[in-house]
Order: sequence, then C-alpha cells, then structure tokens
Amino acid sequence: MAIFLTEQSRVVVQGMTGAEGQKHTSRMLAAGTNIVGGVTPGKGGQSVDFAKRSIPVYDSCADAVKSTGADVSIVFVPPRFTKGAVIEAVDAGIPLVVVITEGVPVHDTAAFFAHAQAAGTRIIGPNSPGLISPGKANAGIIPADIAGPGRIGLVSKSGTLTYQMMYELREYGFTTAIGIGGDPIIGTTHIDALRAFQDDPDTEAIVMIGEIGGDAEERAAAFIQEYVTKPVVGYVAGFTAPEGKTMGHAGAIVSGSSGTAAAKQEALEAVGVKVGKTPSETARLMRSALEQLLVH
Amino acid sequence: MDLMEYQAKELFARHNVPVTLGRVVEDPADAAAAAEELGGRVVVKAQVKAGGRGKAGGVKLAATPAEATERARDILGMDIKGHTVRRVLLAPAAAIAEEYYFSFLVDRANRNYLCIASTEGGVEIEEVVHSNPDAIAKVSIDPATGVDGAKAVEIVAAAGFPAEAASVVQALWQVFIAEDASLVEVNPLVKLADGSLEALDGKVTLDENAGYRHPDHAAFDDKAAADPLEAAAQEKGLNYVKLDGSVGIIGNGAGLVMSTLDVVAYAGEAHGGVKPANFLDIGGGASAEVMKSGLSIILGDPQVRSVFVNVFGGITACDAVSNGIVQALELLGDQANKPLVVRLDGNNVEEGRRILAKANHPLVTVVDTMDGAANRAAELAAQTF
Repeated sequence: MAIFLTEQSRVVVQGMTGAEGQKHTSRMLAAGTNIVGGVTPGKGGQSVDFAKRSIPVYDSCADAVKSTGADVSIVFVPPRFTKGAVIEAVDAGIPLVVVITEGVPVHDTAAFFAHAQAAGTRIIGPNSPGLISPGKANAGIIPADIAGPGRIGLVSKSGTLTYQMMYELREYGFTTAIGIGGDPIIGTTHIDALRAFQDDPDTEAIVMIGEIGGDAEERAAAFIQEYVTKPVVGYVAGFTAPEGKTMGHAGAIVSGSSGTAAAKQEALEAVGVKVGKTPSETARLMRSALEQLLVH
Repeated sequence: MDLMEYQAKELFARHNVPVTLGRVVEDPADAAAAAEELGGRVVVKAQVKAGGRGKAGGVKLAATPAEATERARDILGMDIKGHTVRRVLLAPAAAIAEEYYFSFLVDRANRNYLCIASTEGGVEIEEVVHSNPDAIAKVSIDPATGVDGAKAVEIVAAAGFPAEAASVVQALWQVFIAEDASLVEVNPLVKLADGSLEALDGKVTLDENAGYRHPDHAAFDDKAAADPLEAAAQEKGLNYVKLDGSVGIIGNGAGLVMSTLDVVAYAGEAHGGVKPANFLDIGGGASAEVMKSGLSIILGDPQVRSVFVNVFGGITACDAVSNGIVQALELLGDQANKPLVVRLDGNNVEEGRRILAKANHPLVTVVDTMDGAANRAAELAAQTF
C-alpha cells in the first residue's frame, strides 16, 4: 500500500506541453506512473511523444476526465494561471490535485483551497515537489531513483530535505514520500499525511520534516499524541533563522516568539517524537526505531 | 514585504479607510514647516518596519513647530530593533475618545482568513491576549464569500465597535484583498472626540508572490534601508539573506539551506562559536552563471572566512553543479580568495566529484557528508585570519 497515490492512479498533467511539464512528464513516465493525458487549453486533439508512449492532450480537465477517467492531476502551470487550473480540475471531479507551481499568491491559494474543500477534493501544495510511492507511481518532481519501495512514510515541507532524507534512508525504502510545500496555506498538512500513514498497513514508521513558521508542527505533535501509534522521528530546519526574515519559503518566517524551531522541537519531543539535530542524526534515529520494531 | 506606517496609510487612503496622511520628512530642518502646515501640534513618529516604536522612544508629541524639529532630530538616526530610522511621519495630534485594535490576516491553521478585533486598542495585542482575553473577538472569514455588508456588521457586533465602524471594516477588507496583503493591522483604530473613526496607525504586509498584479508596489521597496549585499543579491535574482557569522553558505532548496545553517552553527560550537554568514538558495537550476553570482556575493562579504557549498542533486545533476563551481572560480579569478568546502550527493554525484578532483583547485575541499563538510567549513573559518 501507499498513501494518496498508487499504481492504479490515472494521472493527467496540466501544463504538460510546457518545458517543465514535458520534462517531468517524461521522468514520471519512466518511473512507471500511469499518465493518461495532458491538459493545455487550445491544444486539445494534439499529442506529445515520449520515449515509449504518445500522450494525448485535452483542452480541459473535463474533457480529459471524460476520455480517460483520470483521478489525479498534477499542475505545472505558471503562478498567474494556477488558481484557474486548480478550480478547473476540482470542477472536473478529480479527487487529488498536486500543485507543483511555486510563487502562487496566497489569496489565490486561499480561494482554490476553499473551492476544493467544498467539493471534497484533496490538494497537495502549492510549491510542493509532489509525492512518490516508489515502484508504483510518481506525481511531481521528486527524483525516482533516490530510494525504492519500503517501510517508511515521509512527510516534509521542503523538497531538497525530502531528497536528502530519502537518500539517507535508502536502504529501508519508502511506502510514500510526500512534499506538502512551504507556503503559508497548503492543501495537505502534516496531520493529513500522518493520519494516512498511520492508517496504511505497509507503513511501519514515519519521518516528519518541518521548518520554521506557523504552528503546523505543534498541531501535528498534538495529533500524534492522540492518534499515531507508529514510531515517528522528526526534524525541524531553521534553528538559526533570525526573526522577521523569510527563509526562502514564503511561509518560513519567525515572527516574535511564534514559529521558532525550538518551540516545534519541544512540542514534538513532549509527545515522544525523537527529533534529530541534523538530517543525518534524524536518519540514525529512524534506523534505531526500525531496529526496535524488529526486536518486538 | 512589510510596509512602513506612512506607506500603509497611502494604501488605506486609496481604499477609503479614514486616515490622515500627514507629512514625511527625512531632515529635521523640514519638520517645523511641516508641523506648521498640520496645525502646529503634531505627533512625530519613527518610520521603521518594526513594532514597539513607542516603547523604544520612536513616537513623541510636539506642542509647537519648533518642538517638532527637536523631536525629529531626536528620532531620526535612532536604532529600533536593528532598523535605523531614516524618516519620520508628522501627523496632527488627534483628540482620541476610544482606541480599538483591528486586523485581517491569513489563518494558516484553518487555511482561510481571520479577523481579530478588540475594544482594548493602543497597546500590544499580545498583552491583551494575556490580560483580558475576553476582550478579543476572533471572526473566521471564508475566502469564497469574503467580507460583505452582513459580515462587516457581524464583525463590528462581535468586537463591540460602534455600528458605523462597519464601513471602515469593509474598506480595510478592500485593502486586504485588492492589494494582495497577507496582513492588514490597525492599532489603534480610534473614535475621535467628534465621534468619527480614523486609522491612527497601519501595518501592512504585501504578498510578494502577487507582485505581478501590482507593479505600483515596487515603489514601496525601501532599497536604501536594505543591506547592500542583500540589495546586490536581489538585483541578480538570488534568494539571499545576510546573517552575522563568518561561514558563507550556498545550497539548493530553501529547506536544505536552512538545515545547512543549523548544521554549520552546531559544528561551529566546537570551533569558537563560528556561525553562518548568510542564507543563499540557488534553487533547482544551479547553473554556472547562478553559482558565479552566488559566489561573488558571498566572497564580497568581508565577514566571510570560508564558504560551504551544500548541494543535493535532485533534478539538478551534480556534474552540472561541479562545472558551475569550476567555471565560477575561473570567472572570479583573484576575487576568489577564501577556502570552499563542497559537499555533493544525489544525481550523478560520482561525475560531480570527479570534475572537482580533476580541476584540483587549491581553494576547494570536497567532503562526503553534510555534517563532516559543515565541521570542515567551520574549522577553516575559525583558522583563517
């Protein structure tokens, strides 16, 4: 099993005909993803040739869903078109929309998230590297060759820290690794992923990577105490970040005493989550957690 | 981007929030004439992007134009939480009857918007949270419907504001939405002696992701106040934040770079408290050109004593990063004069390490692990004098 994305997922790519969309569609196909179509307004009826397959392009998500039965969309369109693209996917009845686009205005995200929530659609991102269920499917830009399928579930706000952690723990592999994005408003939270990993019988342990800004990690800690029985190991980036400076991600900012890495670490440790000081130490903590599971 | 009070008030005026713009001066000599125009009795207010100006002595009453010059002289050049005061706002002293607190903000937890309002204004809202939490109204706002007339009435009733405040609430909502703000805060919103309402202060944070919709917002960017290295980095399109340590940092991806800063600071504890000198995320691309721009900014920082390049090749291949480093060092020539510690992992790492080994640049050391490389960079920064 995996969470949110499986080998059965039928994926369309919004913005597939653009340079980024085309490059990553090719990578996703190579990773075994069942990509059934692309969506680019005005290019319906065309197709794009990839190494082994030709993928049809549709004018709209509605057309793509009608012709292919797509149930996942990946959004690669520029920021100014993202809100419209997500709303179109939601209105077409696609239950999972993965938004890779970076730089989406927060009011646009608030609007499309409210629309998706009313329709019962799950959004991942924006500003997300997507998610990968190794050996099954890859929806986004996470390199598929870092780690194979295995026992760990990973949820992270950051793309490259996801890659780093997958690399450190590649000998164990992953059920699913999901990058939820570093923006102030995101569609899928740490809590959503923790719940899904707890409910997934194949996930034995969970790595949760957070960063400064907001209080999502603190809320995740409360949720872990209440709901998660599997071992969780944590990492928080940004201990040395100064107050009032945005650290790369739009959401990564310490304001006053709120959003500090120390507060997040404290909240996680208070509910029994072991928190590593560096990514490598976090990986060591996960290794010993997995070895403990074997003993018992 | 955080705005200063006078800039926030310009936006308020644009959307019919009742406000007095006053006059901004940079030279104390101009203060008397400005005060004279405003009726003589004025408040002189430091214009910096930091809270707690009053407590820091950055807000003073002046009874006469001559006094306005004196107060402006006191305040200009002051340091408030690391910000130098370069301008003061002169505003007519108001006859205040009541002070309120009001804000609209992005609610990360509920992924919608939140309005916070209180009749206990004029003090820091965090203090009210502790001293009198019942005096604070929090009203959740659905982004799909926003703040219409009925919602404004609901907010005003919840807060205990006079009924006529509803139109001010709607005007502030316009500022929040139409200007793509992630925060609009008024503290205090006042009822004057004559019963009318006015925003006596303003704090606005604009969403830089929405900059393409607001070309006029670029004028609010206070380039003179920015750190010169940050300004140079911004011109080159680099995501750079100046810090006060001595290990220059370059990495790819915001999370990994934040993590690199932490790992260097931990490693630095064993080397006399060496700290990171900056945050610099070169993003997914990491071309030679970007690497060169990044290195030249970092090497231009006189506080930097060593540089740590930390890259995990995901989409970016490590050989491209290595070629970027080699070319950047060639392009920089004698300007490259500080030791570089490079850690590469991921996509095509063998080839990346081979390229660096072949170039055999005297300044470059390759270390295999992130923790090991951070330690080496900290050690070099501690030794280099």
